[in-house]
Amino acid sequence: MDALDPLLIKATQAGLPLTPTPYATLAEQIGCTEAEVMARLTAMLDAGIIRRIGVVPNHYRLGYTANGMTVWDVADDRVDELGNAVGQLPFVSHCYRRPRALPDWPYNLFAMVHGHTRAEALAQADIIANLLGQACRARDILYSTRILKKTGLRLVD
Amino acid sequence: MRCPLRGTPFRRRDPDSRLNTVLQEIDRRIINQLQSGFPLCERPYESAAKALNLNESDLINRIGLLLENGTLTRFGPLYNADRMGGANVLAAMTVPLERFDAVAEQVNAHPEIAHNYARDHALNMWFVAAAPTPEAVEHTFCRIEAETGLTVHRFPKEREFFVELKLTA
Repeated sequence: MDALDPLLIKATQAGLPLTPTPYATLAEQIGCTEAEVMARLTAMLDAGIIRRIGVVPNHYRLGYTANGMTVWDVADDRVDELGNAVGQLPFVSHCYRRPRALPDWPYNLFAMVHGHTRAEALAQADIIANLLGQACRARDILYSTRILKKTGLRLVD
Repeated sequence: MRCPLRGTPFRRRDPDSRLNTVLQEIDRRIINQLQSGFPLCERPYESAAKALNLNESDLINRIGLLLENGTLTRFGPLYNADRMGGANVLAAMTVPLERFDAVAEQVNAHPEIAHNYARDHALNMWFVAAAPTPEAVEHTFCRIEAETGLTVHRFPKEREFFVELKLTA
């Protein structure tokens, strides 16, 4: 990371300025040039520090009210290969391998799916189940019933 | 004669929603296009607006409105916390229903807790703690365990699989 990056991250934590020249506005706030702001944002995009620049819609407001965390117990020697395939399904928003918490929690693959109805989310889970095939020993789907807190990650103090 | 109430744009799907109007067609197009990226040039709104057949100030105003009414939760660079030296870990607890709201308050009181969701499972509370170091995340979980007397199950990411999601608005 460049010395400018923490300042830039802090300045954009609440979002991009809604001014015709947002990068110039940021430059003014942190005391550098517009070209430097654009260069650092490009560099952070290339390095994967920024996933993308854009909008994040509220799933619920778009009608995606069935947000299911599908969880799977997948054979350890297949989970990485299959996790990659699950991540490529168009309705999966996050896909991770995580440790099991035995005996209560046998699942090691997590994939978030988003449907307008629970039936749609279940159909998506069935597509994942088909893809996993014999490598999957157990499955479940956990729907979020309430958002208790959502502040986003605070990245810089 | 046409009934003036017919075809009204108001539709209540979510009674808690502050946004009771159906999304305008233009808002859908803005959301669909700007999920995949935003230009890095001197007049990025002007450039993005062109592709949407809008003018610059209309696009700026629409984005502001969509943020204000909660249709968008964020607009700007989306940072990958895992690439920034910080740590963030998913965790879950089994919370007795009669204490659920009180425990949610105890958990949420920690500034390290970035999100917290109720889910319909024996493990019924799922939250993410984010902090500058893994030790600070662990400390947060230990304090939550001490305060609530409940076990915090840690589910750190072992591997993230690439995804490319666009929710169609």
